Amino acid sequence: MTPRQRRMTLVAVIVAGVALAGTLALRAFRDNVMFYFDPTKVAAGEVQAGQRFRLGGMVEKGSLMRTPGTLEVNFIVTDFKHRVPVRYANVLPDLFKEGAGMVAHGRLDASGTFVADEVLAKHDENYMPPEVARSLAAGKDAADSKAAGGSY
Amino acid sequence: MNRFLWPLIGFALLVVVLIVGLRHAPDKEIIASPLIGKPAPTLDVPDLIDSNRRVTGTAQAGRWYLLNVWGTWCVECRAEHAALLAIRDEGRVPIIGLNWKDDDAAAIAWLSQLGNPYQAIGADRDGRVAIDWGVYGAPESFLVNPQGVVVEKQTGVMTAEIWKQRFLPHMDAQRGVAP
Amino acid sequence: MLVELGHFSLVLAMLMSAAQAWFGLAGPALRQPQWSAVAYSAVAGQLLFVGLAAAALLHAFIGNDFSVLYVASNSNSALPTFYRIAAFWGAHEGSLLLWICVLCLWTVAVALRSHHLPRPFASRVLGVLGLVSFGFMLFTLATSNPFRRLLPAALDGRDLNPLLQDFALAVHPPILYAGYVGLSVGFAFACATLIEGRTGQDWARWMRPWTIISWAFLGCGIALGSWWAYYELGWGGYWFWDPVENASFMPWLMATALIHSLAVTDKRGLFKSWTLLLAIGAFSLSLLGTFLVRSGVLVSVHSFAADPARGVFILTFLVIMIGGALSLYAWRAPRLVSSAGFALVSRESMLLFNNILLVVATAVVFGGTLAPLIAETLGLGTLSVGPPYFSPSFMVPVLPLLALLGVGMHARWRRGGLGDARRPVLTIAALAVILGLAICLGAYASRSVLAWVGATLGCWLILSSLIDPVDRMRRKLSLPAAIVGMSMAHIGLGVFVLGVTLVETATVERDVALRAGQGVQLAGYTFTYEGGENIAGPNYNGYRGHVVVTRNGSTVAQLTPEKRNYWVQGSVMTEAGISASWTRDLFAALGEDVGAGAWSLRLQYRPLIRFIWFGALIMAIGGIVTLFDRRYAYASVASAETADATTQRATP
Repeated sequence: MTPRQRRMTLVAVIVAGVALAGTLALRAFRDNVMFYFDPTKVAAGEVQAGQRFRLGGMVEKGSLMRTPGTLEVNFIVTDFKHRVPVRYANVLPDLFKEGAGMVAHGRLDASGTFVADEVLAKHDENYMPPEVARSLAAGKDAADSKAAGGSY
Repeated sequence: MNRFLWPLIGFALLVVVLIVGLRHAPDKEIIASPLIGKPAPTLDVPDLIDSNRRVTGTAQAGRWYLLNVWGTWCVECRAEHAALLAIRDEGRVPIIGLNWKDDDAAAIAWLSQLGNPYQAIGADRDGRVAIDWGVYGAPESFLVNPQGVVVEKQTGVMTAEIWKQRFLPHMDAQRGVAP
Repeated sequence: MLVELGHFSLVLAMLMSAAQAWFGLAGPALRQPQWSAVAYSAVAGQLLFVGLAAAALLHAFIGNDFSVLYVASNSNSALPTFYRIAAFWGAHEGSLLLWICVLCLWTVAVALRSHHLPRPFASRVLGVLGLVSFGFMLFTLATSNPFRRLLPAALDGRDLNPLLQDFALAVHPPILYAGYVGLSVGFAFACATLIEGRTGQDWARWMRPWTIISWAFLGCGIALGSWWAYYELGWGGYWFWDPVENASFMPWLMATALIHSLAVTDKRGLFKSWTLLLAIGAFSLSLLGTFLVRSGVLVSVHSFAADPARGVFILTFLVIMIGGALSLYAWRAPRLVSSAGFALVSRESMLLFNNILLVVATAVVFGGTLAPLIAETLGLGTLSVGPPYFSPSFMVPVLPLLALLGVGMHARWRRGGLGDARRPVLTIAALAVILGLAICLGAYASRSVLAWVGATLGCWLILSSLIDPVDRMRRKLSLPAAIVGMSMAHIGLGVFVLGVTLVETATVERDVALRAGQGVQLAGYTFTYEGGENIAGPNYNGYRGHVVVTRNGSTVAQLTPEKRNYWVQGSVMTEAGISASWTRDLFAALGEDVGAGAWSLRLQYRPLIRFIWFGALIMAIGGIVTLFDRRYAYASVASAETADATTQRATP
């Protein structure tokens, strides 16, 4: 091969490789990206059936129910306008508590219950994920002071 | 075209994204705004010092008041204490304290040590009232007008400058409208 | 009083760095050689004043001076002294001061080791470093002053975040920052090279040791953070692809590419402009990481208190520094075009592939990290990108990288081919495939293809790295530190790959609710919960559970996971109970009291997880070992030339 051919081969190999990597990464991205919805959007039916998504909001005070002796927990997530029941069957994070903001990953089941496979809370107890904060602020606007619940 | 310019162009695009991201970043003021211009949420809590009495918003009807949310556990509250005392001494507006998720004894000790800027203090022991007011974190201060509407809010430490620049003008503008 | 002195010292240090920047850069430009000497004095002054400022803050922490807002917010009189020191960098303001201290130490090191550099070049390097220092000090003083007073003083402090009250995390920031900030040295060398329009390749040799040291520190810092997350967060995970982790990982990937590209530039004078771009890119990514973490633009599990005002400042700084450097690059780099040929399979081409694959890997991480931001910019809604994207996408460039590495190490410079190494390389490739199968099927009974690929690549890297040293020893040839270090680093990578592969494919984990006396089976082990008791620590109280692990009837481990309640901040913390060994970790973390006398527990069996951090450590040590190579022992230019000749001979 002449030096020129050699260089062209090298460039071709690199371009093909990078293109392949890019395609694969974009596919992984499309398949695995998770959108965020608050209870209002869930109530509005914006979530596609079976879609895995992030649900954010506040854990309604007094809504946390355990099945004693098991991991099963049920609670309600609210943005002061709408409420979504959540079911979860794993260990909850340390900072999870009633009246605090939280984000959960999971899917809606046929009855409209959000079945979470992961519940997140941040290290800092004063922390509020910005999207949750925005949802709550918007919800508060509409719900005035009727919302019962704890503090956040 | 100079191929060595591409990194710079890529960086410029990134900066645009970052600027937009920065404008979307959670600004405490954005979170605070929904309440402004709306009627103040109900305020009805037991008095911190005399638990037989209650501190209510209706008792303040027809006049200006400043609701200040604080706690002894909050470092920044200590930082704004001097500013609150100055506002009290100025005598333009009574300050109603909302002692948030705090220990009563600690709160009373704090006031006897640092001075009491408040006309009355409600004890919001479980934080229920604070949620109605959309409190994001202590300290926060709400200025309520004689019609019972929230006109201004400070998230974070109150200072003399903020008081003068953002709060006082509201009262100056409405002077004489409703005593 | 001492606090005000510290504040004042920081202001003086900023002025010193401004002087360092001005005299360092203007001296050579205006042909005023004596100005360069002033830049050196400014470095000494900066060291003095930064030292004073740091000492003042440290004194405030040790002496529990709660009249300082930062101390009151991050320390407490009940806090042990060691953590009071660590609280120095426990939050945003102090960690910036730490950043400044580390940058100052790097600057001093460069100044001390600059006698073999041409004077104008050294002066410009110090000038660029002075600019970086100035920016950070201005940022600290303007938006994040750690010396701000709290009057009247607090009775006691808010305490350090309990998660940070831990040895690994106390030493994690200084080590990580040493790496992050160290990349600024390579950046300064690159800028100085571009300013001077140096067409040679001598700068590559000067830049190499600095890049390698900071790369090693960065790797150690990331590994420490990962280790900490594993045992402290109570999840048992070691890597979350979280924006903060990515912010440190991207510069590391870029620095890895830079080290390899520098080798080509140093030895053959190729890839010059590319190497400079990587040096700028690595530091830019570390600045960008700072921006992302501290501005609140991206949300992470361990980000600092966010403040958009700080974001505006860092963004401006970013535009000035990176924009400036890239403009300089666009202007000067066209002069650096080199035209030496190399074969399709040669050391040069292999290092080129290495660079491209590493940059693609960086781009994958970069894209995923910024995707939420870009989506929001384009109005596509709020989305999040997690491990399901990162893990497979990251493998796309990394698997070929690992496969080629074993060949690339033995490819000859210029002419190409593998030479004498051809036969051992092929033998070892076959051996690795068999070993990989044996590990997967034999030891872990795993039928996963991915596990087999990973195990094969791990073995391939380790064995292939041994070819050269073993061959040299057998032929009784000298073993230069460069070869030992390189082999070590690649063996470390192999160990790391083995660890990650088996942790990802053979881990068994379960969340369960157990009453005292109840047990559960996990990967051949029986975990039995034996109840627990209440405990009291110096600044917390809590509950300690006892989990006994047995295998085939004999006890292998007694785990004591704890749930702690730190009373000052009122936060709850999980302390996992871990039994560690080379081949596996057994992990138990307490959830909560779920009623009916039962506790929820998270139980895990993780094979070879220690290999991950051990491998990272070997990699970093390998990097440090290469620094002892004779090529960096420049007493004079002449000896540098001999060293060069040595290495020419050393590499077939």
